[in-house]
Amino acid sequence: MINNLHIMFPEIFLSLSIFSILMVGVFIKKSFNLIFNLTSLIIIITISIILANPNNEERIFLDTFIRNPFSNYFKILILLSTFFVLNSSKNFIIDNKLDKFEYPIIILLSILGMFFMVSSNDLILFYLGLELQSLSLYILASIDRDNLRSTESGIKYFVLSALSSGLLLYGCSLLYGFTGSTNFELIADQLNKENTGAVFAMVFILVGLAFKISAVPFHMWTPDVYEGAPTSITSYFAVVPKVTGLALLIKFMFVPFSNILLEWQTIIIFISIASMILGAVAAMIQKNFKRLLAYSSIGHIGYALAGVATGAISGYQSAIVYISIYVIMNIGAFSCLYFLKKDGQYKENISDLSGISKKHPLLAISLLIILFSLAGVPPLGGFFAKFYVFVAVLEKEMYALAIIGLITTVMSAFYYLKIIKTIYFDDSIITFEPTKNRAAQVSVFASCTILITFFLYPSILNNLVNTLFVS
Amino acid sequence: MDFPILSTLIFLPLISSFFIFLSKDKTTNLSSISISLFSSVATFFLSLFLWYSLDISTSEFQFVEEKSWINNYIKFKLGVDGISILFIVLTTFITPICIISCINSVKVRVKEFLIAILILETFMIGVFCSLDLVIFYLFFEAGLIPMFLIIGVWGGPRRVYSAFKFFLFTLLGSVLMLVAIIVIYWLTGTTDITQIYEIQIPKEYQNILWLAFLSSFAVKMPMWPVHTWLPDAHVEAPTAGSVILAAILLKMAGYGFLRFSIPMFPLASEYFTPLIYTLSIIAIIYTSLVALMQDDMKKLIAYSSVAHMGYVTLGIFTLTKQGIEGSIYQMISHGMISAALFLCVGVVYDRLHSRKISTYGGLVNYVPKYSFLFLIFALAALGLPGTSGFLGEFLVLAGTFQKSFLAAMLATFGVVLGAAYMLWLTKRVIFGVTNNSEVKKINDINKSEVVMLVTLAFFILFFGFYPLPLMETFNVSVNSLINNYETALITN
Repeated sequence: MINNLHIMFPEIFLSLSIFSILMVGVFIKKSFNLIFNLTSLIIIITISIILANPNNEERIFLDTFIRNPFSNYFKILILLSTFFVLNSSKNFIIDNKLDKFEYPIIILLSILGMFFMVSSNDLILFYLGLELQSLSLYILASIDRDNLRSTESGIKYFVLSALSSGLLLYGCSLLYGFTGSTNFELIADQLNKENTGAVFAMVFILVGLAFKISAVPFHMWTPDVYEGAPTSITSYFAVVPKVTGLALLIKFMFVPFSNILLEWQTIIIFISIASMILGAVAAMIQKNFKRLLAYSSIGHIGYALAGVATGAISGYQSAIVYISIYVIMNIGAFSCLYFLKKDGQYKENISDLSGISKKHPLLAISLLIILFSLAGVPPLGGFFAKFYVFVAVLEKEMYALAIIGLITTVMSAFYYLKIIKTIYFDDSIITFEPTKNRAAQVSVFASCTILITFFLYPSILNNLVNTLFVS
Repeated sequence: MDFPILSTLIFLPLISSFFIFLSKDKTTNLSSISISLFSSVATFFLSLFLWYSLDISTSEFQFVEEKSWINNYIKFKLGVDGISILFIVLTTFITPICIISCINSVKVRVKEFLIAILILETFMIGVFCSLDLVIFYLFFEAGLIPMFLIIGVWGGPRRVYSAFKFFLFTLLGSVLMLVAIIVIYWLTGTTDITQIYEIQIPKEYQNILWLAFLSSFAVKMPMWPVHTWLPDAHVEAPTAGSVILAAILLKMAGYGFLRFSIPMFPLASEYFTPLIYTLSIIAIIYTSLVALMQDDMKKLIAYSSVAHMGYVTLGIFTLTKQGIEGSIYQMISHGMISAALFLCVGVVYDRLHSRKISTYGGLVNYVPKYSFLFLIFALAALGLPGTSGFLGEFLVLAGTFQKSFLAAMLATFGVVLGAAYMLWLTKRVIFGVTNNSEVKKINDINKSEVVMLVTLAFFILFFGFYPLPLMETFNVSVNSLINNYETALITN
């Protein structure tokens, strides 16, 4: 066992470096900058460790921990998105006096939890990873502890999330009771027969995971937490835990529950349709940009779930492509928020964007590209994300799901257009302070470039994702 | 294929728009205008060269470019035949005229406006070149973005409402087409239309797929009863926007029927002919009557566009040689005539800032050059023999008489109504008494306006007297379209 430790080298490195920089933070005063830069460095090193290690499937610790192309893809996605989210929000963190040295460390801890989640092949390891991630996220949501709204959102997130974790744990124990194993593959073998109890367990686990990815009807926390938490945290919440949640959902569908396809398929179809509709309808009346992005992310999760709902590998692949493009778009969208600074305060109402195309043409055009892409208008990246999902959905002849999905696309286009209208058609009222936020500029630029040029080589992500399921 | 001439044609405007984006002129916008004018004229000549070197004795797709695109199963495939080349030339011909027109009519954010126009040109040429359903959809939808901005940023007082209505109507129509495209992909294993032509799409799917395509094309065309976005969009859009909308964007749907609906779903096209006849006749008569009642010039021309597009759908679905040739001719000529009429409205709007018919009257006494040109365009719009407008309508009616006497008779009423509203418009605007003292101070058209309007008038008259260049170009392609359609009907 010990000679196989290289399999979890990224996790080991990450844990050790977290403890080391924690020590640095404790012993050196005013060390936020140092720790922040170290965190970025750790992320880069972890990425290179993952890339340097072979990509084949290997297991360790009695098959509880598994490293395969699937887990590696998600680890790199998590790390890259955290890197961009963190760096683009640095100025924001300092301006809002959130520059406590714990901030980046807690983010790293939550990443560690996610690493164990995406690599888990066992209910217990999965749950441990989930809790490590969730506990870090509770703290992050309420990190601005003197701010009433941030604290409120932290508590709200904690209470609801703890409830869902409880449900999930209950599902895990039921599953163990009915199958006699915590190992995913052994569970899959046991679930061959008609097993009503296990179906209950499956529902509980699904509820827990649906909560984490904020799918309807377990989305209640999302708008409040998105709005209440500081923008830097919201952007992290909008991207990284969603990716992990979706990865886990796919993993559960692909391995332990692969034999009770019909049972969970119905549920996922329902969740998917409900998320798409709610995401489209509720976002129309939002005035706060972060709250709107919360509803838009609910809608986007609905589309990704439509891919998962096919129950076919092509569907899972399309969902992964979808979530990857979603990450790119959201990083861009949130990075744009860091430029809306006026009198030392960051604006986050949609009305504050009024007419910015006159004074800030580059910011306006970036938002234009990102918003049209979020709406799924060709030839931008967001269109291809939706296209792949609907190709997979229609392959399984699920016409109703596809048509509802596309009609909600039109409905959601309405509120994206409303923002574009505010930016381009309305009169300019605010001139924002020029900010020297290089990292956010790079994030926005990278995001827009990828979204515009995606049509030149649209199968780049597919080729990558195609290799994830060949184990 | 050695030189990728179609890709060059498509991406030349896009690349030059990038240069305009980089150009730095603060006040005059001279370099933006010259870059865009130069590139659009270059694109026009390139498309003329394409037309010249096209072999019109065959209906095969030519200048075909093929590149693997999405996972090798969807190809980036371009090509032209005798039908699409004319639409490409129309696009590249209208775009420079739009750019000239914006010298006079666009006062703010000229640079962005030119970028939007050029990007739109890229997408429009792309629509007419694409030989793959997904590529077609991509370009078809992408055009919404620049048009939305053109209406919304540079439009009139109700621009937000119109821009939203335009965008959402069109998007809603076309998502069903996307579903149909993906379903076709799973049925046939390809989205390459030349291959789909060979494979017969199963009978039981044809009707539903045809309807899905119709939902998109009917909105774009626009056909009654989903035409309501068009008058709003036209009225609020700036002159160049209206011109592009009427001259080219509306033609995409007619082209779509010819390129996709009929060859891919021959049985469904046959089955739904009565439906199209009914909708077309309603469009022709109803919107002509509505046009009579308008007091806004742009709205009147917009409704007349809907009526003219009614002839196009009628002609296409007669599925006779005369009908289809007439429709194509009608589309090309309407592209020029409606562009010219919108430009004419733009000319007086730039001077008096009113589109109301009642504002004007007796213009002929003060602006004779303008009035003369306006009269030519108005007569062309009502289909006077000797103008290109006559030939299209005549052929469409000739084709319709072969298939349905009733439909043809009703459509002929539309011709009379068309004459009524156009002549009445001319009477109220150009002739009559001047009640408004402002009109007396109005200047006649300046050089750039003369260039635009005279060019258009020349081609409208030229193709009215000498239609052969156009007819020859699409003759063989139309013949093979009808042959394939008839073979498909016989074999099933």
